[in-house]
Amino acid sequence: MATTHEGSDQLHDTLAALALFADLSGAELETIAHTMEERYFAEGERILRQGFSGAGFYIVLEGEAAARVSGVEVNRLGRGDFFGEISVLLGEPPSADVVALRPLRCAVLAGPQVESFIVSHPKVAFRMLQAEARKLRNATRWRS
Amino acid sequence: MTDDRPFPPGDYPVVIVGSGPGGLQLSRSLSELGVRHAVLSQDPSAGGMFRRFPFFQRLLSWTKPYAPCPRGEREYERYDWNSLISEDPSARAVMPDLMDGTSYFPSRPEMERNLVTFAERAAVRVRYGCRWESTRAEGEGFALTTSDGEYRCRFPVFAVGVAEPWRPETPGIELATHYADTREAHTYADREIFIIGKENSAFELASGFLQWAKRIVLASPSPAKLSVTTNSLVGVRARYVQPYEDNVLGGGVLVLNASIQEIARAGERFTVKIRRSNTNEEQAFEADDVIAATGWIPPLRDLAKLGVVTFGRNRLPAITPFWESVSVKGVYFGGTITQAAAGLKKNGIPANSGGVNGHRYNGRVLAKHIARTHFGVEIPRPALPAADVGALLLHELDHGPEMWHQRSYLCRVVSVTADDGVRDEGIWPLAHFVDSEGPDAVAATIEANARGENYPAFYIRQQGRVTEHLLDPDQRMRYDTAERRAALTTILHDLLG
Repeated sequence: MATTHEGSDQLHDTLAALALFADLSGAELETIAHTMEERYFAEGERILRQGFSGAGFYIVLEGEAAARVSGVEVNRLGRGDFFGEISVLLGEPPSADVVALRPLRCAVLAGPQVESFIVSHPKVAFRMLQAEARKLRNATRWRS
Repeated sequence: MTDDRPFPPGDYPVVIVGSGPGGLQLSRSLSELGVRHAVLSQDPSAGGMFRRFPFFQRLLSWTKPYAPCPRGEREYERYDWNSLISEDPSARAVMPDLMDGTSYFPSRPEMERNLVTFAERAAVRVRYGCRWESTRAEGEGFALTTSDGEYRCRFPVFAVGVAEPWRPETPGIELATHYADTREAHTYADREIFIIGKENSAFELASGFLQWAKRIVLASPSPAKLSVTTNSLVGVRARYVQPYEDNVLGGGVLVLNASIQEIARAGERFTVKIRRSNTNEEQAFEADDVIAATGWIPPLRDLAKLGVVTFGRNRLPAITPFWESVSVKGVYFGGTITQAAAGLKKNGIPANSGGVNGHRYNGRVLAKHIARTHFGVEIPRPALPAADVGALLLHELDHGPEMWHQRSYLCRVVSVTADDGVRDEGIWPLAHFVDSEGPDAVAATIEANARGENYPAFYIRQQGRVTEHLLDPDQRMRYDTAERRAALTTILHDLLG
């Protein structure tokens, strides 16, 4: 039976296991666990909506999601992956839908909180940049 | 059967559990739609959590006795956060008549009276003193075991509140009193109080202790948010900000960002070990009292065993935009638990489903959904001239209460089909509208950004694709202007032809 009991204590432990937060102290992680909100999305539910304003920053804690541009799948997202940051950083609506392929748990940060979050946690920002760099490298390889 | 013990054990199409505002609203709205149901409550009378809380006896949600529109009109609901809603005028705007004029935040006893009075005027019957104990699936429905016997139904609706005390797993947390068990304020005279938590309940206690306590410490890992800076209901509400100001200006209050490591006895007192979030430094505080204002969870009893998935710190059930469990079809939730369906939550701004002003509308929408989907009740869908659609929607955003209280959460929908023409479909959950298949239609709501600006938002669904269209904010929140009518006409052009 799929029953989830995740308090912020457990959210702290889940976040601690993700590469994005690998460099943080316990206290810093705890602050983040209390700053982020946990959300649950049922299979088939849309998390990010292409072309809609006001999106947030999402980190996948459990489950799997697909990014789709105009209905065409362009990427799969699993535990530890994050999405929504490009839309928030650029102040533009997301260019893709993100849809839960099976029950999905995410840690969520509201769009307006993202800038202060990144500034307050430079080591997380560095890890995010690394992930973005990998995406860019892979995209470049694909094109060459 | 006597009148004060209605609904004996047996079979009912719908069983509502709870007699707080959520249960009362659902019952009234289902009755207005002719859906037979029972209402069960373990309490001796109506009111739910307001029979006991808030601890310092005055609400956070206001009712303006004098407003820009007459009491009892639909628009007045914008200014009255606490009355339940009804088609029957005698059961509307109950709250302002019961307030003594000392504050526009009703006192707890006034709120309790408001709910008891609504139950009387709206003829909501409840089987009081009947405790729901366990649940099991049976045939196409469910069986609820109670202290009075067994109830079988197709659809249970649990409106049991988010009012069961929750504590984190901190070592020694059992030594802390939970908010729910706080003593009378004067008993804290000349004492040092350590409050774990920095949300409204923590600041409510701190506000109440200001004239009694020798020193107050509030601590939790993340910084306190204030509603006046988030421009939303996220954060500590304005009326509880005084302890925050005392902290800043050097009074007897400390507001700390720290995780709580351990609580231990120190003779008659307690030692609280903390670790500061910004410096990682460990510190110890002595206190006469430690209070855990660490939040609440819904008392869902054995619903997890039934398969109801819950999530997050508050153990809320995972539910659909129509407040049905995502994992156990047919199990619905009402009242404050409806906050578990977050909706679009654009810019991080939540709907008001955690308050009466928000969930009373969720309750009416849920009643219509249950009536329409499960009992074949035809909900009126008035025909509308295409030329009137823009004016109707802008008027609704200017005067209707649903989208004012449930911004970016509920919406007014007008459908356009070849067979049926243009139809006013009433109020729907926005997340359902934008994420579900359906006929070509427009949905209108109000949205807000982090700057505190409110603006009209329209969603056009055509051939299964939904697009977003935002209009400019207006500080007066009056959107029915020539300029916006013209803009909306353009937005609606393809849909209406």
